[in-house]
Amino acid sequence: MRIRNILPASLALALAAVAAPVSPAAAAGGGGHVEDVSFSFEGPFGVFDKAQLQRGLQVYNEVCSACHGLKFVAFRTLGDETGPGYDEEQVKAFAAMYEVPDPEGEPGDTRPGKPFDHFPANTSAGAPDLSLMAKARAGFHGPAGLGINQIVKGMGGPEYIYSLLIGYTGEEKTVAGSTLYENHAFPGGWISMAPPLEDGRVEYADGTPATKEQMAKDVAAFLMWAAEPKMVERKQAGARNFAFVVVLAVLLYLTNKKLWSKVKKGGGVA
Amino acid sequence: MSGIPHEPYEPKTGFEKWLHARLPIVALAYDTLMIPTPKNLNWMWIWGIVLAFCLVLQIATGVALVMHYTPHVDLAFASVEHIMRDVNGGWLLRYAHANGASLFFIAVYAHIFRGLYYGSYKAPREVTWIIGMLIYLAMMATAFMGYVLPWGQMSFWGATVITNLFSALPLVGDPIVTWLWGGFSVDNPTLNRFFSLHYLLPFVIAALVVVHIWAFHHTGNNNPAGVEVRRGSLEEAKRDTVPFWPYYVIKDLFALAVVLLLFVALVFFMPNYLGHPDNYIEANPLATPAHIVPEWYFLPFYAILRAITFDILFIDSKLGGVLAMFGAIVVMALAPWLDTSRVRSGRYRPQFKWWFWLLVLDFLVLMWCGAQAPEGLVPTISLLGTIYWFAYFLVILPVLGLVEKPLPQPATVEEDFNAHIAKKTGAAATPAE
Repeated sequence: MRIRNILPASLALALAAVAAPVSPAAAAGGGGHVEDVSFSFEGPFGVFDKAQLQRGLQVYNEVCSACHGLKFVAFRTLGDETGPGYDEEQVKAFAAMYEVPDPEGEPGDTRPGKPFDHFPANTSAGAPDLSLMAKARAGFHGPAGLGINQIVKGMGGPEYIYSLLIGYTGEEKTVAGSTLYENHAFPGGWISMAPPLEDGRVEYADGTPATKEQMAKDVAAFLMWAAEPKMVERKQAGARNFAFVVVLAVLLYLTNKKLWSKVKKGGGVA
Repeated sequence: MSGIPHEPYEPKTGFEKWLHARLPIVALAYDTLMIPTPKNLNWMWIWGIVLAFCLVLQIATGVALVMHYTPHVDLAFASVEHIMRDVNGGWLLRYAHANGASLFFIAVYAHIFRGLYYGSYKAPREVTWIIGMLIYLAMMATAFMGYVLPWGQMSFWGATVITNLFSALPLVGDPIVTWLWGGFSVDNPTLNRFFSLHYLLPFVIAALVVVHIWAFHHTGNNNPAGVEVRRGSLEEAKRDTVPFWPYYVIKDLFALAVVLLLFVALVFFMPNYLGHPDNYIEANPLATPAHIVPEWYFLPFYAILRAITFDILFIDSKLGGVLAMFGAIVVMALAPWLDTSRVRSGRYRPQFKWWFWLLVLDFLVLMWCGAQAPEGLVPTISLLGTIYWFAYFLVILPVLGLVEKPLPQPATVEEDFNAHIAKKTGAAATPAE
């Protein structure tokens, strides 16, 4: 029995698990029609790209929010250092652009948003809330249902959003009075959301050309931040914790070796 | 409480003597910690410590999570997001708790298969084994109910599918399901009782763990050679054993640190890898997910449940599946009485080894089957896997013990230790300078 190999094996597995996400763009394509996108926040040391999140917020604000809500995200978090990183005045001004329910008024009353409010929910068009969308979809599976792709490329939530937004073929059909649009990334191939993006749909403040792919990528990144605002904090804590446990393991290894050496030499218990 | 001869606790200071005469609690702690432990244990004997760590981790993180969680169908999902976004370190508490469940099951499966390979379930350790199986069942119930609490899509539909299994029972089935639900579907009363029981069961597990440890401290540990520690005299026992402290405490802590590397990698770098994306969608009784899949640690038994696709006499396929699923664990619990071999350790059973590793493979194949849609070859493979699982316990273990010719075993733990672990420099029997 090679039980003693289990130890190095589990160490290797642990290291592989950490090292693997370094190269998420190893192979483009993958399961279904979800394209692998190289995002700045991938890998154990990945961080959000502040400018990209701000552009993505702009796309959400000008396009998505017409039908979708973002009810778990508070305006104040737009000031997060590891997130979009707006300053206090900008957050206040941004929140005030939204009308939110006023709990102190009559039912149905609204007032301008304040930093402590959340983005409003929006169910007017029956569209799903986007707060957790980037974690509620897996772009990658396989091979053979083993889920190994997810170790290599990540779960693929933002990639799914990106692929969906650029996955329209232009075909449409009408089923029971509602229009469906053909989309490569959507399970089943037909989605009720009309193509939301075309080149130049928004005008980026930072001058980035607003191609369809660029906007899709930016809003996918923004929604990943919206779903997991503590991701950068988490990964940084992970690096510290991992290093700490490595040191602990080495010290315990040496202690254990010294402790047992006498017993192994036949000297018995001290 | 150990049956192996050892040096008993002697109270030294005045206070210790005073206390010892009234409550021998220090003696209890001393005897527990200093228990003579076979000195030839290998790295598969570390999982007990990992499991103890998991139980403490789950209770500690769980108690903190409860301070911020709201068990109500309209509020539960949002309260979990509140933990993830607003509570200081809440994301860590939740990810550690969710992945802690996975670590718990990784460790328990390693622990169970170690017991199966080295015959740890055999006399006189049957009670330890049975209690272990009860702990395992309680763990599964706890994990299942815990997964319902975030009230995501997979929470709701998993709860619906699993509670519905009881409706397969004749006559009492439907009333039992209504009773479990507290209504006529999975709803707020279901969430509330699952929350209550999810908080209660870990303490039941903790109590069972104490009895589990008590039982094997009385019989002494099994070991890779499967021969008993000599108990003729203190001298003899000392040649076969080392005290648990410090030898195995330090060894186990080292192993725990290595296991924690994997755990840290999971929690901090891929915390959702073992979860299901659908559980980030709030529960919706009107929208059934395309594939309802349980967590990875239930998959082998889920595959067995789905493997029975045909009626057997008066038992319809649904009841057959439920009986097979629970039966799979019952036959494993009965291993001490099904295994007829007098040789304890699989190391000295040349044919057993092959069947054992086939069982491990079978377990992994069933796990894969449980995650797939039941189409194509999957039901056939599941059925074959199910048949082997039952055949291993009901046919192979009883027959093999009668027909297999075992290899020679070492006479003592000391002999095994000197042959496998002791430094080869010089004669092992001669003490080093």
